[in-house]
Amino acid sequence: MKIVTLISLLLFPALYAESQTAEELVKQVKAKLDLVNDYEASGTIKTNVVFIKAPVAKVKVYYKKPNKIRINNESGISFIPKGSVNINLSNLFMNNGNYDLIDGGKDATTGYRIVKLLPKEENSEIALSVLYIDEKTALIRKARTTTRENGTYELDMTYGKYASYGLADKVIFSFSTKDYKLPKGVTFDYDDGSKNEQETARMKNKTGRVEIVYSSYKINAGVPDSVFKE
Amino acid sequence: MWKLLQIELFKIFKRPRTYIAFGAVAAIVFLFQAGMKFDGKSYLDLILNSVSDSFEVSDDFKGRILNGYFICFAILNILLIQMPLLVALIAGDSIAGEANMGTLRLSLSRPVSRTEYMLVKFTASVIYTVILLIWLALIALFGSMIIFGTNTLVVFRAGTIEMMEAGDVMWRYFAAFGYAAVALTTVAALAFLLSVFAENSIGPIIATMSIVIVLTILSEMNIPLYDKTIKPYLFTSHMVAWKGFFYVKADPEGTTIRGSIHNLPAILKSMGILVAYIMLFVGSAVWVFRKKIF
Repeated sequence: MKIVTLISLLLFPALYAESQTAEELVKQVKAKLDLVNDYEASGTIKTNVVFIKAPVAKVKVYYKKPNKIRINNESGISFIPKGSVNINLSNLFMNNGNYDLIDGGKDATTGYRIVKLLPKEENSEIALSVLYIDEKTALIRKARTTTRENGTYELDMTYGKYASYGLADKVIFSFSTKDYKLPKGVTFDYDDGSKNEQETARMKNKTGRVEIVYSSYKINAGVPDSVFKE
Repeated sequence: MWKLLQIELFKIFKRPRTYIAFGAVAAIVFLFQAGMKFDGKSYLDLILNSVSDSFEVSDDFKGRILNGYFICFAILNILLIQMPLLVALIAGDSIAGEANMGTLRLSLSRPVSRTEYMLVKFTASVIYTVILLIWLALIALFGSMIIFGTNTLVVFRAGTIEMMEAGDVMWRYFAAFGYAAVALTTVAALAFLLSVFAENSIGPIIATMSIVIVLTILSEMNIPLYDKTIKPYLFTSHMVAWKGFFYVKADPEGTTIRGSIHNLPAILKSMGILVAYIMLFVGSAVWVFRKKIF
């Protein structure tokens, strides 16, 4: 009987995965993330906001449990969106179980399991998190977080060699932007005839994207607290 | 002609008042740099106010923006509006000053044509303008680089934020200073023209500054019909085109394309308009001077 079970586990893992409850799945995801106490990651950051033209910059991302995270520019300057603290997925589970889980079934196109996290605390900054979890690998592929004051953020993750720790190789952070405008009397702009083009472009898209591509992680090697100080 | 130019340059640089401009530029730049060193973050708070809702604006972030390239850009932004006065001080004095001192007739008694004389006078004013700009570049650009270091240049426009890597900035400054030389030469040419009509230098200097100030205000106004009819032909609208070298192209994902200029043809057109103005002002000055009876 044991042999039959083992063979069926190896041949049809999805069959068993589907039978998982949302709680069990989240537990598995958390277990992976909990393996990481701290990390120092190197990578590049690309900003895609309609009113910003920015070069790709080199960054170092530092994380330390429970929720310390810092993005430092190694070279150049980057506009880091508010709420980028959520690029660390552990932050989604910060309430330490103090949230309700709602099983949202499966996403029709990707097949990922949809799990909704509703904080029990009334004053929690996060109003709702929707996770798209790959059941086979127990990895969060996509997360949408709605906050009370800072709008909605979306994370898209691509995993590679650090997947066993639940750490992504590439993170796309999408967020809503507000209009940017400075008085012309302050900037004394040169009118090169491109104003209309810019105006049209700005009206089109109010969602910004920041793409971080990690080249390496140093996991659990220790990160001093001084890194997180201003 | 070369000898005549040497004499004119000697006359310009022998006068103590010539150095007022160099002193004034140095004082403004040093004061601005000191202000930025101690309170630059407050200045940035004002500019970053409209993005602080969406982005993290930490002290470290502001400190990175406040680098030598940014400081130089901010200095040029304010100083290139004041510089015409300093240029007019010399160009407006070139003919009127001689008339006031009574040396004009004596100068014209030499075996030099009036056209040659005028061209030499104007060339001397242009050389002074270029030297003043080199002085500005030395203290505003290289001085700021030493004091504040270098990093990505962030240019805040009315509707966009342009960012370029540190390694992609220096050539833009060389191009911008080259363009500024043409822009200030236009002012020198205007002062030079007005100088022909005056008997003392105060009149052309004040008249030049008044014209530049009024036209600059007109260039900054946005009135629909006027925007497309008069504004494009005011030389002051084109004097700020040096900034065009700091407006970059981006790929569809918003990433700055290294070495790009957003609208080079527009800058070249602006430069062409300024050169046309220079030729018009200098040509008119020579023509009037040739007809003038002393």
